[in-house]
Amino acid sequence: MLTCQELTELVTDYLEGRLSLWDRMRFGMHVGMCRHCRAFLRDRKLTIETLGRMPEEPIPPDVRDELLERFRDWKRE
Amino acid sequence: MLRRGFEIARIMSRGDDIPPTAERVEPASAWARGAPVSRRRAGSSEDAALVGRLLAGDEDAFTGLVDRYHGRLLLLARSFVKDQATAEEVVQETWMGVLRGLRSFEGRSALKTWIFRILVNRAKTRGVREARSVPMSGLGEDDGPNEPAVDPARFGSSGMWARPPRRWEDDTPEAVLLRQEARRRLAQAIEDLPPRQRTVLVLRDLEGVSAQEVCNILEIADTNQRVMLHRARSALHRALERYLEEE
Repeated sequence: MLTCQELTELVTDYLEGRLSLWDRMRFGMHVGMCRHCRAFLRDRKLTIETLGRMPEEPIPPDVRDELLERFRDWKRE
Repeated sequence: MLRRGFEIARIMSRGDDIPPTAERVEPASAWARGAPVSRRRAGSSEDAALVGRLLAGDEDAFTGLVDRYHGRLLLLARSFVKDQATAEEVVQETWMGVLRGLRSFEGRSALKTWIFRILVNRAKTRGVREARSVPMSGLGEDDGPNEPAVDPARFGSSGMWARPPRRWEDDTPEAVLLRQEARRRLAQAIEDLPPRQRTVLVLRDLEGVSAQEVCNILEIADTNQRVMLHRARSALHRALERYLEEE
């Protein structure tokens, strides 16, 4: 039987679809029975989804203007 | 894509009821609804259209691209060179490299992936020249200690949870990101990662680049990539948990 602690180390391989069939079954059985690990898995997914929606750092206007100048130079080439 | 959106919504709303099957979470693409065109995965007809506009000299297309990627390129460059000023130069060089290469862009990879590859190559060259290179090929000391995903003190001697995760009040990405402090903490946690972990996390989870493409860009083995991703995600998970539990 997989322990909760082991599960927290296997979670990335699980989400990446890289567990062996056997480990995937053990992982699935554990999550099916353990609400704390379901919560952990839910929180991990939320973390990843949140990262995927992180806003970009805005570009400083002077850098943007300079790059646009370079683009205009490039166009003329 | 839409289906995955629903799937996530369903999982998030049901909370505890996560199907015990292996599944991939592909964050950046999962939320592509309403996102700018350049954010969508490959969809190379969109890339082709954008490249067409750039080649035609469309300034809006160019500034759109720059607005979208400049910050991320800077964040990535910081992993390879010693200071902000050098990172900014590397990103400038990258944009010049993009313009020079655009006419021969063949769309074999997504435009985004192609841009990241140019950045990484420039940044590596620069890093080597400055002898502050971050060799991407192996796990080394600057990947930090091999920290457990979760503080071992939270488990009992049997390895079962002694201090289990508590329910987070904010249980959607939108709710989390509405809080400026949450955004700040996440950005800080990303900043605090060892360089290689940060590079992998930014490409995989912030940008939604596939595992295989990340291995290609960084010239690392897949197992190595996964180890770094695991450590980085675990660090971000801990940071978010710390913050949300303080609330």
